Amino acid sequence: MEKYIWLIPVLPFLSFVINIFFGKKTGEKAGWIASVCSAGSCAIALCLISKVIAHGTLAGSFPWLTVSGSTLRFGYLLDPAAATLLFVVTVIGTLIQIYSIGYMHSDPRYPRFFAYVSLFMAAMLTLVIADNYLLFFIAWEVMGLCSYLLIGFWFEKDSAANASLKAFLTTRVGDVGFFLGILTVHTITGTLNFQELGQMLGGHHAVAAVVGHSLLPLAALLVFCGTIGKSAQIPLFVWLPDAMEGPTSVSALIHAATMVAAGVYLIARSYMIFMHFQTVLFIVACIGSGTALFAALIALTQTDLKKVLAYSTISQLGFMVAAMGLGNPTAGIFHLMTHAFFKALLFLGAGSVIHGTGTQDMRKLGGLFGHMKSTAITFLIASIAIAGVPPLSGFWSKDEILLAAYSGSRMLYLVLSVTAFLTAFYMFRLVFMTFFGKSRDHHIHAHESPAVMTIPLWILAVGSALIGIPGSPFMHHWFQEFLALGHPEMEESATGFVMASSVIFGLAGIFLAYLFYLVSPAIPEKIAAVLGPLYRASKNKFYVDEIYSAVIIRPFQAIGGILFRFDAVIVDGIVNGTGSNTLRSSTLSQWFDKYVVDGLVNLAGAVTQIASAFIRRIQTGLIQNYLLLAVISVLILFYFEGR
Amino acid sequence: MIIPLQHFLIFSSALFVIGLAGALTRRNVVGILMSIELMLNAVNVNLVAFSRTTSLQPETGQVFAVFIIALAAAAVAVGLAIVIALYRVKKTVFADQINLLKW
Repeated sequence: MEKYIWLIPVLPFLSFVINIFFGKKTGEKAGWIASVCSAGSCAIALCLISKVIAHGTLAGSFPWLTVSGSTLRFGYLLDPAAATLLFVVTVIGTLIQIYSIGYMHSDPRYPRFFAYVSLFMAAMLTLVIADNYLLFFIAWEVMGLCSYLLIGFWFEKDSAANASLKAFLTTRVGDVGFFLGILTVHTITGTLNFQELGQMLGGHHAVAAVVGHSLLPLAALLVFCGTIGKSAQIPLFVWLPDAMEGPTSVSALIHAATMVAAGVYLIARSYMIFMHFQTVLFIVACIGSGTALFAALIALTQTDLKKVLAYSTISQLGFMVAAMGLGNPTAGIFHLMTHAFFKALLFLGAGSVIHGTGTQDMRKLGGLFGHMKSTAITFLIASIAIAGVPPLSGFWSKDEILLAAYSGSRMLYLVLSVTAFLTAFYMFRLVFMTFFGKSRDHHIHAHESPAVMTIPLWILAVGSALIGIPGSPFMHHWFQEFLALGHPEMEESATGFVMASSVIFGLAGIFLAYLFYLVSPAIPEKIAAVLGPLYRASKNKFYVDEIYSAVIIRPFQAIGGILFRFDAVIVDGIVNGTGSNTLRSSTLSQWFDKYVVDGLVNLAGAVTQIASAFIRRIQTGLIQNYLLLAVISVLILFYFEGR
Repeated sequence: MIIPLQHFLIFSSALFVIGLAGALTRRNVVGILMSIELMLNAVNVNLVAFSRTTSLQPETGQVFAVFIIALAAAAVAVGLAIVIALYRVKKTVFADQINLLKW
């Protein structure tokens, strides 16, 4: 079975090739081709995962490139963390592609959509099983490309085209850092292979010269830049909310469940570097927690269904990054897995609402519960899961992170707890405004989505509810043991306290939302009026886009303008001057060539012609003349011979 | 009676000169070919005469003569073929009207 591992990324790639080149022929079948390929990957992946669970890590590689004596090997490394990601990506990816068959129905570029999604799947799966930084980075960049293409899928809309550009450029900032980080790691250690790095940096054979290298913390920070960009952390999170311009199923797959989580996975892969530097870990934890709180604050006041979910995603990614920084990558990966399920479900539910009502403005929605039962119930399950109510999945993973924070830093614990409270509040604000109460706009005639969309919702709902169980005390933290990434000493005595407080925070958030948005809708308006400036700041996303525009984009544009002038006047001037000088000097050399060089050649020709003009008279072509000449010559020879 | 060598030489010289004159002056290509045959036969006469008077084994010279006869026959066969081909193209067999070898 292990030898078929290459099929996992190749099958979606096959679907990409078919749909991109034969899209006109595949037509309506494109969605099924993509789904079947993805399901095939999923089946192989599940077999391999069961093998990993039974026998432990699988790895293998082949030489790919030999440059000046050193061989670069590409291969796969299927350790428990990779197996977890593989599970998440193949299962959720397949479900979302099936859902997209319904959601993207009758789109003019239907096959192209599935081609892009398949390419994304291929890249993401390559990234998951990659055993070295270079292959990881290649897949990482292909994912970035797919993200760009899919955000701008409806490029006729200016907002979508701009959003795709913004996403691409913003993540590029982080990717440059990541690439520099890879180079630094290679300079220090001479290898990019995760396993070799692990042996070099940890365990019994740690190389002191490498661990103590003064540039290694820098390498860790540079690699973390990649996470900041891809996983939308402060200060590069601005692209993710705009990325919601893409089709909703793309938002679910790429910008909620899988690609953005790749940044967290990157830290898990690089953890053998990070774990040596407390300062770096602390920075990571602070950025993660800060992002979690900041995004949650913005999510409170958004009125666009998908924008709320986008900020929620940023906030939850902040949780995962914080878990990494707090020295508990196990909890981070655990939360990644549970989050992938419930956030994919939330997005698909939102997509179903958009599909059924034609709007994504929460102020126009309301009372959808009666019209869209499946969507509403599954959405509610996901919301409870993200709010952190036991025994649904979100509770177990978030609790792990909060526990790590409690043991690591009380301040970060406070920040994350408040975020958890806010999460519950804004999620149920969304639920109550959309599904309960009375309909606010009578032009909207909601209808339930087709089965091809609701069945994936139900499967994900079951996943959202149950996927946390393997990491819960009910199964004796089996998942944490399986991951074996190592987690720090927890204050076991605090377990009960943290669990209780996290449940209280979650329920309080839900209750407050119930009070504000169902019982007396006047309260939030009053609060908004009292906290005027704060409310407006949150509503306007704390003006981050405007600040970036003023501080970074405008100055860059100004510098660009100056450089353009410099280019137009001085550089172009030099080039043009060189050109005209060349022209002038070439006139001289042209004259020399024409009269001296050509003259000599023509002279040689002329001399030959003049000389031959006389001699060729002998060549009459008449055979008897030749004969006569021969006789005369012989006679002359005889004459001289006889003398 | 033994014919002295000088007679043969005079005879063959005369034959050669007749052939040469013919080759140089005939307009008809067939005539030129016949003249060349004359010159070749003059040489044959010479060879046979010398072999009879000077050689211990007369056959050595005679063999040469036989070779030349065979060779001349082959040359004439080729020559006549060329003449026929030429005639098809130029519609003439007069050497002074054929100057294809000119520069």
